[in-house]
Amino acid sequence: MRLHEYQAKSVFADAGIPTPPSTLATTVDEAVEAAEEIGYPVAIKAQVHVGGRGKAGGIKLAEDGGEAREAADAILGMDLKGYTVDSVLVEGAVDFVDELYVGVTMDRGAGKAVTMVSRKGGVDIEAVAEEDPDAIAREHIDPAFGQHPFQARKVVYDADIPGEVSSDVTKVLSTLYRLWEDTDASDAEINPLMVTSDGDVVAADAVLNVDDDALFRHPDLEAFEEESFEDDLERKASEYGFDYVRLHGNVGIIGNGAGLVMTTLDLVDYFGGEPANFLDIGGGAKAERVTNALDMVFSDPNVDTVVFNIFGGITRGDEVAKGINEALESLEEIPKPVVVRLAGTNATEGREILNTELVQTEETLEDAVQRAIENAAEVTNE
Amino acid sequence: MSILVDEDTRVIVQGITGGEGKFHTEQMMEYGTNIVAGAVPGKGGQEVNGVPVYDTVEEAAREHDADASVIFVPPAFAADAIFEALDAPLDFVVAITEGIPTQDMAKVNKRLSEVDTRLQGPNCPGIITPGETKLGILPGNIFSPGNVGLVSRSGTLTYQVVNNLTERGIGQTTAIGIGGDPIIGTSFIDSLALFEADPETEVVVMFGEIGGEDEEEAAEFIANEMDTPVVGFIAGRTAPPGKRMGHAGAIVSGSGTGTAESKIQALNDAGVPVGDTPNEVADHVEELL
Repeated sequence: MRLHEYQAKSVFADAGIPTPPSTLATTVDEAVEAAEEIGYPVAIKAQVHVGGRGKAGGIKLAEDGGEAREAADAILGMDLKGYTVDSVLVEGAVDFVDELYVGVTMDRGAGKAVTMVSRKGGVDIEAVAEEDPDAIAREHIDPAFGQHPFQARKVVYDADIPGEVSSDVTKVLSTLYRLWEDTDASDAEINPLMVTSDGDVVAADAVLNVDDDALFRHPDLEAFEEESFEDDLERKASEYGFDYVRLHGNVGIIGNGAGLVMTTLDLVDYFGGEPANFLDIGGGAKAERVTNALDMVFSDPNVDTVVFNIFGGITRGDEVAKGINEALESLEEIPKPVVVRLAGTNATEGREILNTELVQTEETLEDAVQRAIENAAEVTNE
Repeated sequence: MSILVDEDTRVIVQGITGGEGKFHTEQMMEYGTNIVAGAVPGKGGQEVNGVPVYDTVEEAAREHDADASVIFVPPAFAADAIFEALDAPLDFVVAITEGIPTQDMAKVNKRLSEVDTRLQGPNCPGIITPGETKLGILPGNIFSPGNVGLVSRSGTLTYQVVNNLTERGIGQTTAIGIGGDPIIGTSFIDSLALFEADPETEVVVMFGEIGGEDEEEAAEFIANEMDTPVVGFIAGRTAPPGKRMGHAGAIVSGSGTGTAESKIQALNDAGVPVGDTPNEVADHVEELL
């Protein structure tokens, strides 16, 4: 789960990391009111999960009420790289003299956390990592011990953080690591950590991504989850318990097993079609899951056809076929053509059972994908 | 020949009394796996499918001279189950469980560096040596003995290609699913090294996917250390950055690392042919045999 900036900031602030005063607003009037209360200048920032918000016009500075109104009006409702902005964070602008970077992430190759500190904050840190890797100091953390205090000091010294703020930055990093561990985060990041003209440090942005697999032990973070969805279909998928990712094509895809579903997407692309989604129904799919999966994919207005790719391992092809029949027979009409490919255990029996008045069947993955692409082309031509 | 497991492997099932554990214990025994005991806290003294259950892995291992375990324990308790298996100690542990918190696995990973036990998984379908034994949930009926070694991050994708191979009369030495999580016990390189040392494995197929850099590291290993030819496949060419594609580990980072292109390029540079479709993978294998 990826928290919004305002959510991450509230978590950071509760833990004692200095953040600027801020208020979330969903209307222009609310935004102006918040700005008046905080005092100018303010930054008005779109709350969407998009990198490079500033460049894309999602962050604007306002010096007075008129500018605040203009900025909020421009940002609220705007389309930012495919996402509609529903809310803005109105935040007191920081009078800064320097911008630093502080982060903690899981280094999957090393199998442990790595803390990172850099003087080159305020820019895309991944670009810094690419172009000037020595500008980022790093320290791996032993998961059995957690971060030793000396490690926090060391990485701050290694990054050549100016002496006046080094102890404040060390304190922020210690807190950030503790938060990373306590929230089962995959990434916790402050970019930039601003140094003010008074010599204080302030977190002007906040990133907190939490391991989905650990949410069960963080009921306190659940409240954030509902607001973290940016797509109604992705919210629906979460309710059904599917692994689902929405793309922008018109060939809907349902399958079992992450690797096989990814491969089905890749084949749609390989044969010249455009995948609309990734949907993994998982192992041992029962009729209800099949129905829910079809409901999901049918309700995506971009989808013109659906390809169902099932490889029966422990799951039996005949049971899947029954599930598909039940699911489709319960509908008054099949809104979009469905191609089914069953292979593996009891696939032959499955194909015999499938109601071919309701679905098209193919024996191989390649044929099924190509049939679906043809279906999509026919719909598009109509 | 085979790698890691054969008909003599003596196996404990951790979580044998749960739905999955019970079902797959039956499936494994039907296939010929030598299941000697189960371990479930509080269920000591019971029997499942004729297999005695113990409260601890240590006791089960001691009473039955076991050397391996398969873990079907829910995610919240799975890391603890792995620690218990490492403590027993067992030689080989297969964790099937999907959804173990990554920070739990970091702690497991740390412990693995201090012990001799090999962990496979988690979030994997297990391992099968066709005709001898299987530890996990792989469907035994689609595999057949032969000379191809398989190593994969994905279960059903592996079945798909095994099916393509079987249709051409090509069998397998061992198939190992290393799992779809970001932190796993046995890597591609570990598996490739084992296949390289196995005289009966004539070709290895490696199924990678987006996320991390394991495939790139494996490509380097293949170029420098292997004589056995390898065929590759990489899933996730169309995956958008920043989205988790089912597997916790299958994610292209926002900055564009872990892409399919990078992995395919690395494999090609190492002289490994990479199939565009599962069928093409089978074509390459057939040519190399």
